[in-house]
Amino acid sequence: MTRATKDKIIEWGITLIALTSVISFLGIAVVLFAQGLPAFNFVGLWDFLTGRGWHPTHVYEPEFGILPLIMGTLWVAAGALIITVPFGVGAAIYISEVARPAVKDVIKPIIELLNSVPSVVMGFIGLLILAPAVMNLFNLPVGLTIFTASVMLALLYMPYVVSIAEDALNAIPMSLREASYAVGANKMETITKVVLPAAFPGVSTAVILGGGQMIGETMIVLMVAGGAAMVPTSFFEPARPMTATIAAEMGETVVGGDHYHALFAIGIVLFVITLILFILVNLIEKKFRREKLW
Amino acid sequence: MKKSIAVTMAAIFGLMAGLVAAPVAESRERLVLQGSTTVLPITVKHAEEFMKRNPGTEISVRGGGSGAGIKALIEGTIGMAQASRSIRDGEILEAKARGIKVVEHTIAGDALAVIVHPENPVANLTKAQIRDIYLGKTTNWREVGGKDQKIVVTSRDVASGTFKAFNEKILGKEKQRPDALFLASSAAVVGTVTGTPGAIGYVGMGFLRPEIKALHVDGVAATAENLVAGKYPLGRPLFIYTAGEPTGLAKRFLDFIMSPDGQKIVKEAEFVPVGPVK
Repeated sequence: MTRATKDKIIEWGITLIALTSVISFLGIAVVLFAQGLPAFNFVGLWDFLTGRGWHPTHVYEPEFGILPLIMGTLWVAAGALIITVPFGVGAAIYISEVARPAVKDVIKPIIELLNSVPSVVMGFIGLLILAPAVMNLFNLPVGLTIFTASVMLALLYMPYVVSIAEDALNAIPMSLREASYAVGANKMETITKVVLPAAFPGVSTAVILGGGQMIGETMIVLMVAGGAAMVPTSFFEPARPMTATIAAEMGETVVGGDHYHALFAIGIVLFVITLILFILVNLIEKKFRREKLW
Repeated sequence: MKKSIAVTMAAIFGLMAGLVAAPVAESRERLVLQGSTTVLPITVKHAEEFMKRNPGTEISVRGGGSGAGIKALIEGTIGMAQASRSIRDGEILEAKARGIKVVEHTIAGDALAVIVHPENPVANLTKAQIRDIYLGKTTNWREVGGKDQKIVVTSRDVASGTFKAFNEKILGKEKQRPDALFLASSAAVVGTVTGTPGAIGYVGMGFLRPEIKALHVDGVAATAENLVAGKYPLGRPLFIYTAGEPTGLAKRFLDFIMSPDGQKIVKEAEFVPVGPVK
């Protein structure tokens, strides 16, 4: 075999492998829409998105309003981000800008290790340790709340946000910091006025991607969010995120029935939300490159 | 290097081929059951005892829910489905479309126990009181003779057989309050009630533990005797479904379940036998 043919074969092989993921993605999208769109034969899109009653199996008068589920997802993710952003970005700044190399070499792997904890273990810890503590500490009737789920989600995805944010900070060239020191700025001023603004697009990408992961997470919210299908009014109430609803109800439902299609339609909503976040990240990155912030 | 890749690939493909081929080479008789987690504890015991008595047979039982079991049965991936609810019209239609007649076998009875935290002083609720709690009309234990404590209502998921049975018996046409905690399994209901002093929930009798307290309903305790006597108001049948009349191993297994020995296992698992018990 000549070198050229070998190269060709390898090229084709790699293209084929790349195509597999494209085909899988398209396949998933097709199945999702084929199974989910029939839901809109029996519930209008607007009623589906803004209805407050989720009674999909009610014999006499089923209701397919997923507003409580959408709000459940958003409250849990928002709570988790409120915790993750200061701690995660703070940790990234510490690792990238402050810590001595020896310290950094110890701390970074430990933070990353947190992400390797299976989410079901996180859920279990939340259920057995955090939920009773939350109940007693805040004097609540029940410990399975949005807050509980947010804390566990924040713990799970903290490392993810830290490492992407840290990459963004590392990508800021040394010359920028050196210039800042040269005009007399101290370390604090350099971090807050030079490095962070320059790394802002990268750091916001980290936060958005982290948020996307939190929205899609299923196991923790299924175990500790409580599962009440009600639009939340505070972080200390139970909620029923979309992912938990699909996971809990899909196994028992009648395949091909209204409830089944409605669950797939929830999948479409999740898919669209994730897609929007993904496009947002790409827009930020594009802008970032065009403006050549560094 | 290239050689080692080739060897690895060959090994992987070999392994895959082996996995695919393995069941074919299997000489044992096999039967797979799937379905309701409520019925699971009984069926698992039946399977263990049956395999002990009939070496060379292999019966595996898994959960996933009544709906998942019936779906798998209609699709032909399992031999029997255990269910805590009767088959729905939509499922019968789908089975018909595939030329399958699903046959129902009632293998046991179950009482839905209404459970609370053991420290809750309330010992009895009427059906009407339970109904008001699940509708959200009653929100404090004080209103039904308990402590001044908010009632935390837990429920099974809307698609579960247990939810359906409870709703039919208690709520009728009404809708459950939206702030009830929907929990994904009976074990999760027991776990939540154990850890929450103000909680109320419902599970099949097989899930009763010392850590939780089962309430009397209309003054009657949730026991097998009271259910058989027709006194306990929250009873329901448990089923096994087969595609057509069972044959071979499936028939032998079902006959065992219905035999006095099999019904003894039902009783030992704290469910209600539907036939004579040895």
